[in-house]
Amino acid sequence: MDLTLEVPLRLSVFHFVSGYGCSLFFIKIGAKIQYFKNMNPTIEITAEVEDANDPWADGGQLSYRQLIWRRFRKNRMGVIAGALLLLFYILAIGADFFAPYHYNEINMRLRHVPPQRLHFSVEDGFYVHGLKSVRNPESLELEFTKNLAQRHPVEFFFKDAEGRRHLFSSTGPMFLLGTDRMGRDLLSRIMYGARVSMTLGLVGVFLSIVLGSILGTISGYWGGWVDNLIQRIIEVLSAFPDIPLWMALGAALPPGWSSIQIYFGITIILSIIRWGGLARQVRGKVLAYRESDFVMAARAAGAGHWHIITKHLLPGCYSHIIVIATLAIPGMILGETALSFLGLGIRPPMTSWGVLLEEAQRVTVLLHYPWLIFPAVPVLVVVIAFNFLGDALRDAADPYSD
Amino acid sequence: MKLLQVNDLRKYFPIQKGILQRTVGYVKAVDGISFDVQRGETLGLVGESGCGKTTAGRCLLRLIPPTSGSFIFGEEQVDLAKLTHREMQPFRKRMQMIFQDPHASLNPRMTVADIVGEPMRVNRTEKGTALQDRIVELLESVGLKSQDMRRYPHAFSGGQRQRIGIARALALQPELIVADEPVSALDVSVQAQILNLLAELREEFNLSYIFIAHDLSVVEHISDRVAVMYLGKIVEISDAETLYQSPKHPYTEALISAVPLPDPNAQRKREHIRLEGDVPDPSQPPTGCYFHPRCRYATDICKQETPELQEVSQGVQVACHHSDTLELQGV
Ligand SMILES: Nc1ncnc2c1ncn2[C@@H]1O[C@H](COP(=O)(O)OP(=O)(O)OP(=O)(O)O)[C@@H](O)[C@H]1O
Ligand code: SF4
Ligand SMILES: [Mg+2]
Repeated sequence: MDLTLEVPLRLSVFHFVSGYGCSLFFIKIGAKIQYFKNMNPTIEITAEVEDANDPWADGGQLSYRQLIWRRFRKNRMGVIAGALLLLFYILAIGADFFAPYHYNEINMRLRHVPPQRLHFSVEDGFYVHGLKSVRNPESLELEFTKNLAQRHPVEFFFKDAEGRRHLFSSTGPMFLLGTDRMGRDLLSRIMYGARVSMTLGLVGVFLSIVLGSILGTISGYWGGWVDNLIQRIIEVLSAFPDIPLWMALGAALPPGWSSIQIYFGITIILSIIRWGGLARQVRGKVLAYRESDFVMAARAAGAGHWHIITKHLLPGCYSHIIVIATLAIPGMILGETALSFLGLGIRPPMTSWGVLLEEAQRVTVLLHYPWLIFPAVPVLVVVIAFNFLGDALRDAADPYSD
Repeated sequence: MKLLQVNDLRKYFPIQKGILQRTVGYVKAVDGISFDVQRGETLGLVGESGCGKTTAGRCLLRLIPPTSGSFIFGEEQVDLAKLTHREMQPFRKRMQMIFQDPHASLNPRMTVADIVGEPMRVNRTEKGTALQDRIVELLESVGLKSQDMRRYPHAFSGGQRQRIGIARALALQPELIVADEPVSALDVSVQAQILNLLAELREEFNLSYIFIAHDLSVVEHISDRVAVMYLGKIVEISDAETLYQSPKHPYTEALISAVPLPDPNAQRKREHIRLEGDVPDPSQPPTGCYFHPRCRYATDICKQETPELQEVSQGVQVACHHSDTLELQGV
């Protein structure tokens, strides 16, 4: 997975984004700040007053976490990525409210409606045009065009037939990203799909953090044959190529399982493979800290294993764990997408980005209904955002390197 | 009155190779050392880098398990080397350590109050406001301010950090402190301050020190007796005065010649003995006297027979075949 999808996506989009849009944007911001600095010499002066021993000029009062946060905040890419992800998670979790329709609201008469343009006028506010349908004489499918005479205004805090509130919706058909083969609104389905895809990454990473930290700590702290055994298991696991192993495990999920069982099944499958790398990192850190003088001091004071592990060893690993976890989430999201894409992951009626992309699998479908590929965009954005966030965290995580 | 008697302490680190971790040899980091420490006394432990000083100190505090040997401690005459971890617990409070590297010995994620308070929290000797008061008291006794307790180690200089480490070592009111090169990472000007502080604290709290250093100048003023180590063994041990005036082991003589003299004329006249070659690999020590490849007095017997540590006069022990005939240069 890493090799075939994630890397090229990350690279190409990274180049695009950094090459044009963003870097121009940041150069502008940078220039502005530079400009202000020149105008206002006091900034330079305050910088020089800092105590040499105290590069953060905090009087030594800031904790590790605060120092990391301080440095992180300076990384604009990281902050933007973080904010974007936060927004995505809010949208995903609140999909019931934010999405204009329920994800399973089927409308067979409105199949494969192309995306509708949003218009604005002073009298009507936001609106979409109505739809005209013509049956294609060859395929016998309905084809939709705009009915310019009709306007369906977008209503905010819309109350649907079941009495549920939506941030925005419309009484007439309003499909900003079009509909799928069952007339379901793609935008709503993407939002609901985000719920599964994005939380699955989180839950999966959480599981692998727990597993990886525990086993990594045991491995590093006690060493000996336990360490040897755990290291060999990790080697064997990492020797398997991800996709075939996932496929085998995915195929082993009983077909009778409910959506929620499948969800957790997939999560566990994804995290089983990913804990190894984390465990390695934690082990390395623990190994280094175990012999450190401050651990020796704690031991000399009579501290027990639990105290040493929880007060000295694990806190030393937190920043690493967070960074690795952040960078592992996109892998999990892509893993879920890939599994579902292959029909081995999340199963309908539950939806996820992988499920949505699965529907866009065939070339003929894409040729006729190109908007069905749109769920690839949030996958891309989220994967890239996580990578930027992870990189920013990594840069910030070590406040003593400058 | 004897506080600690160390007999034949050894620490061998196995050298492991391959996936099966087969032991292919041993690093004899500490190879049978014996000495004692009197109550209120400071014993200097001196030797080049890698000769096993830190390892010896860590073994004494049971921070790492010794390979063999016994340490008889206190009036109870308990052999600490034979105690289980649980039985060791009450003795931990009575002996503490000060570390070489003031940056590595303080957890950067903990405040000074947490660092200094940790031994007391672990042992539940104080808590609540009594703990806070005690922390302030400790900080003040090492020359820090009470406001410092809420700060993190990164805001302090090397000397200040070493003071924090000292405060932590004092927290449990120990009888013996192993100070592992407490000043070697500090600037010369700061070194004197820390040494003075340690000397004051010794009087104030009636402490005994095992004071580890890699050159004799540092231990000169603070030690009552000095043990010189070479490649895991003690080669000479005697009271400080005698050792400096009339060393009995060629290695001691070489170390003394490296100590700068305050008088520049005397310094110019004195012969500086350069030690040839490096410290040998402790996993493959030389035959006979370990020092013979670098010793300018070595003879054939030195290459074949290992000299034992022997008492040559009252309180002076030397491990050299020729100690009685050699005329060595002191300070
Ligand atoms: N955990 C270990 N495993 C293997 N070898 C070790 C270990 N700790 C120390 N050694 C070896 O034991 C020898 C003595 O090390 P030690 O740290 O005690 O020396 P030292 O006299 O304190 O030196 P320094 O002045 O550099 O602190 C060295 O050769 C070192 O490589
Ligand atoms: S025994 Fe021989 S080699 Fe060793 S110190 Fe004495 S004279 Fe030198
Ligand atoms: Mg050392």
